Amino acid sequence: MLVNKDIAVSIEGLHKWYGDFHALRDINLYVGRGERVVICGPSGSGKSSLLRCINRLETHQRGDIHVNGIKLDSDIDSIREVRQQTSMVFQQFNLFPHLNVLDNLTIGPVYSMHARPIDAKEHALQLLERVRVLDQAHKFPGQLSGGQQQRVAIARALITNPEILLFDEPTSSLDPEMISEVLDVMIELATTGITMIVVTHEMGFARHAADLVVFMDEGEILEAAAPEAFFSRPENARTIQFLDKLDLAVAS
Amino acid sequence: MNHKRTSSYVVRGDGQRLPPPTSHVGWLGAIRQSLFANPTNVVFTLLAATLLLLIIPPLLRWAILDAIWYTTDPTACRTIAGACWAVVAEKYRVILFGTYPYTEQWRGALVVGLITLLAIVTAIPRCWKAWLIGLWFVTATLCTILMFGGVFGLRYVSTASWGGLPLTMIVFLITVGLGLPLAIVLALGRRSELPVVRMVCIGIIEIVRGLPLVSVLFMMIIFVPLFLPSELTIDKLLRALIGMVIFFGAYAAEVVRGGLQAIPIGQYDAARALGLRYWPATARIILPQALRIVIPALMNDIIRAFKNTTFVSIIGIFDVLGATKASMRDVDWVRYATEAYIFVALLFFIYCFSMSKYSEFIARRLERK
Repeated sequence: MLVNKDIAVSIEGLHKWYGDFHALRDINLYVGRGERVVICGPSGSGKSSLLRCINRLETHQRGDIHVNGIKLDSDIDSIREVRQQTSMVFQQFNLFPHLNVLDNLTIGPVYSMHARPIDAKEHALQLLERVRVLDQAHKFPGQLSGGQQQRVAIARALITNPEILLFDEPTSSLDPEMISEVLDVMIELATTGITMIVVTHEMGFARHAADLVVFMDEGEILEAAAPEAFFSRPENARTIQFLDKLDLAVAS
Repeated sequence: MNHKRTSSYVVRGDGQRLPPPTSHVGWLGAIRQSLFANPTNVVFTLLAATLLLLIIPPLLRWAILDAIWYTTDPTACRTIAGACWAVVAEKYRVILFGTYPYTEQWRGALVVGLITLLAIVTAIPRCWKAWLIGLWFVTATLCTILMFGGVFGLRYVSTASWGGLPLTMIVFLITVGLGLPLAIVLALGRRSELPVVRMVCIGIIEIVRGLPLVSVLFMMIIFVPLFLPSELTIDKLLRALIGMVIFFGAYAAEVVRGGLQAIPIGQYDAARALGLRYWPATARIILPQALRIVIPALMNDIIRAFKNTTFVSIIGIFDVLGATKASMRDVDWVRYATEAYIFVALLFFIYCFSMSKYSEFIARRLERK
């Protein structure tokens, strides 16, 4: 086993089943500290399941996951520790609709990490300014556009000072004109040295911001390479097919 | 104007703004549209009008024109064809306060007044602050002191003598006040990941929902003492209350469960991903949303709980209806029991109708958000 201070997430021999369905098959992946990994692949390929195993929103049945050296098993305390060191941004934003933007941000630090409400509020305002939605602080999520909601969700993910950010198709439910405002924030984040694992179809983001691009299909990792190699010299036939389809979609 | 092409569907010149046809404006138009719009409509309108003509005049004659409003002599009512409302004036103290000592009945009246007042305050959304909960605790304490007495020079009155409207209100408030938290706990327990907790909650909910309220009350009265040592007796009212609370809780639990199931899984994901433990996540994120969804349905259960208070009279506790029934044992007045029951029905209607209208207001308010 790899125990290394420079490894943020290590996944070894991971298997996951949903009932009889073998969703993840022998996944091995190491994410270095400060690395940005993009996971792509057709829908149903298991990329979201893999991401959700990292903060144990899904449980795996075989193999090992270590996050910052903490082994993920059924131990509740280690799960909570992992969740405090990671944050997740969801496809559907998953903001809390009954709380205003500010309370959406502060609820995590106040009720999970016992931060003082006044400190949490100050931190929240800083982050809202950083993702450029400060003027919406007292609105409710339902009053915001999709792009604004996702930027609030990113601010909510940042407020617990996570070391690892997990993005689960953050732009997939956005209107085209809003995708770039969210991607801009993510690209800005990528320059800060935080570890990011991003499930996305945004190949532009992968090309420019990723250190490693991972291609998954049918629960397996078929290809993992630096973006330059991944896009110019893909080796696996299915990767090539997938990239061709994306190109066609972009071209049309 | 020189259009190259003039098609028939392009407006030429100014489209005139015309008033609606006279058949559709004013009260005449409204009557025509709602009562005489088409032949079927006309037939039903005439049928309804005939029915109303058959019912209303005799009812008016009985209830108002031929009625006696006040007399202390029950024989005076025998000579008339109309209602004898005098029975209400004669018996209202028993109807409203049951067997509560006559000279102490102002205490019951005060309890009813306090609770009604606080209920009105509670209904105003602007008052939904933390102090309201405090106010309820103060009022509950005050009402307990008033009803029991035994302190501050108030005569002690045991629960066996309680009755009438104060009792109805106390039973209602305790049923809802303790039943709702119980419902929430049962609903959460039913969805618990711990098998024992889940089985116990499902068991309670399904057993209680499978029984009529009357049998739950009889069980509390007859069976509970069998399981207790003989020197330990639990107050009859308290036993009835436990039955009412469990019954309400089991029904409302299913309503709350509906709300919990309506919360998207993403809300749970987000709460867990933030590292929130079960109780903070439940209390701050899941329950506020779930309860908001089910408020209209819960109001329905709450109104039913108010009417269900009358069931306690079956086990010999004199709520308003039970007290009315008891007061009609008076042979001089028993023939006017109908009037007394109409009075009680009106009393129930006022409370239930207000709650029903209020729940409509709340539902509209929630929809707006």
